Amino acid sequence: MPHAAQTGMSSTGKFAWALIALLAILHYDFWNWEDRSLMFGFMPIGLFYQALISIGAAVAWALVVKFAWPTHIEEWADSPITDEQVENR
Amino acid sequence: MIADLLLAPPKSTIPLYVVGIYLALLLGFSIINSRRPRGSAGEYFVASRSIGPFLLLMSVFGTTMTAFALVGSTGKAFDSGIGIYGLMASASGIIHSLVFFLVGIKLWAIGKRYNYVTQIQFFRNRFDSNALGYLLFPILVGLVIPYLLIGILGAGSVMFGVAGVPKWLTGAVICSVVLAYILTGGVRAAALANAVQTIVFMAVGLLAFVLISDSLGGLEAATQAVADNTPQLLAREGEIGHLQFLSYCFVPLSVGMFPHLFQHWLTARSAKTFRMTVIAHPIFIMIVWVPCVLIGVWAAGAGVEAPGGNSNAVLAKMVGMQLKNPWISGLLLAGILAAIMSSLDSQFVCLGTMFTHDIVVHALGEDRVSEVQRVRLGRGFIIAIVALTYVLSLFPPPNIFDLAVWCFSGFASLFPLVVAAVYWKRATRAGAIASVIVAGIVWSALFYDGLIAPALTGEHVDGDYLIWGMMPVAFMIAASTVTLIVVSLATKPLPAATVERYFGIGQKVT
Repeated sequence: MPHAAQTGMSSTGKFAWALIALLAILHYDFWNWEDRSLMFGFMPIGLFYQALISIGAAVAWALVVKFAWPTHIEEWADSPITDEQVENR
Repeated sequence: MIADLLLAPPKSTIPLYVVGIYLALLLGFSIINSRRPRGSAGEYFVASRSIGPFLLLMSVFGTTMTAFALVGSTGKAFDSGIGIYGLMASASGIIHSLVFFLVGIKLWAIGKRYNYVTQIQFFRNRFDSNALGYLLFPILVGLVIPYLLIGILGAGSVMFGVAGVPKWLTGAVICSVVLAYILTGGVRAAALANAVQTIVFMAVGLLAFVLISDSLGGLEAATQAVADNTPQLLAREGEIGHLQFLSYCFVPLSVGMFPHLFQHWLTARSAKTFRMTVIAHPIFIMIVWVPCVLIGVWAAGAGVEAPGGNSNAVLAKMVGMQLKNPWISGLLLAGILAAIMSSLDSQFVCLGTMFTHDIVVHALGEDRVSEVQRVRLGRGFIIAIVALTYVLSLFPPPNIFDLAVWCFSGFASLFPLVVAAVYWKRATRAGAIASVIVAGIVWSALFYDGLIAPALTGEHVDGDYLIWGMMPVAFMIAASTVTLIVVSLATKPLPAATVERYFGIGQKVT
């Protein structure tokens, strides 16, 4: 059984996860519920705002990938398994 | 101008030639692919776990975007307005990537370490239960088949609406083309074809958006017509409820239990391969959904009538406006078919893989079925499922597109199982089985009440089926989660040796 040491997460990583949580909350834009105004003359504000959420999600996920990546996961996947584990898989 | 557009233009055969050329190119691709060296079941079923970041992104995205994303989203926007983007698309951008990151990468690592090919193999071993495997198989297959039906019927309705091609013929042709390339190349062929088809449908979708807006007098004129004629579609008030909006966020959790997506995850070369998928997925969703939603509300503002009251035919009707240039119409048709086929192929391959590994090989024993026999069995089951689905598509149930959300809800109701499998050591065999059974019972009861009973009585149902203003998926997930926790805590834990095989991921191995 390999010895394992838990890896910590950087403060930037925690910030990135907080950003994901914030976007999930901001996704519920109740203030746009009745608003029919248009952005750029054609884009309903409710749709424009939600498109921004999509862009924000991509940015936030880029930060999570950069700063909160599970660094040892490949090592674990490639590490040898015991005979017992071979039998049980 | 709008009145001119609504006049039925003369049918041209050129779009059919364009579609034919596109399908011929796909078939040519399958022939070239079949000449590449191959042989092992590992290559056929999980592409030797060698797919890189770009192919994984395109195959995962192409697989997730179905006929529902193109045809259904336009129809939903036509009915309910721009709010459906926040309801279905932007939430998916956050939640799909969350599932890829927290569940997909872990399952990739477990699959690679223990050489799994299907998710049932994983669940069966994780909970040391054959019964769980046999319970999950019919449920997963049963939820995938309506999903396949949606694709075949979506293709049929678009081809019929634009080019007048009989629906049975479209279904037969696209099933044959998809079969041709997956039978020869397995999941790698599906991934490669998905990459090509995803590029095609995204590019063509943007082209359709530009051309349709141009035909409606430009972006501002098109939206102004909505403001003048159907202003309620420019906001959510009166169209989508607050609790409905919030509870809809549970639906995208379904990606965590899609068997075809699980198989694509296993094809990844490394965990890092997931990075591009996690980041780009929300943007790709936006690129596909924003134009579809706008086309849907523009159609309503322009006074387009849904053929036969079926709003899912609105996209075909809007594309039909482009028949003034039949070459472009043909391209648009090819793009829509590309989106549909890029889901069908993965679903077909995954069903063949599950039957081979989870039923035949598991029942007979690993040593009694050679690699060549496994590939042949997989192909045989794929042909049988395609034939069954095709026959079912000839007798489509009413409200077929409503089935999509029910399918997604069914998969989502199983999501607590996969979360517990990778994050909760205390989850037990009885807890897992009870959770699946309860999810099945709750899903069946609500499905009957929401879709079957109204269909039997001939009652026309407008909008989503809601319980206290919420989507039924919220109750399904709550029921399966509570059952999983309560039964697990009340039953004997699994042996530590069984559980520990799946934990320790993300930790440094020394």
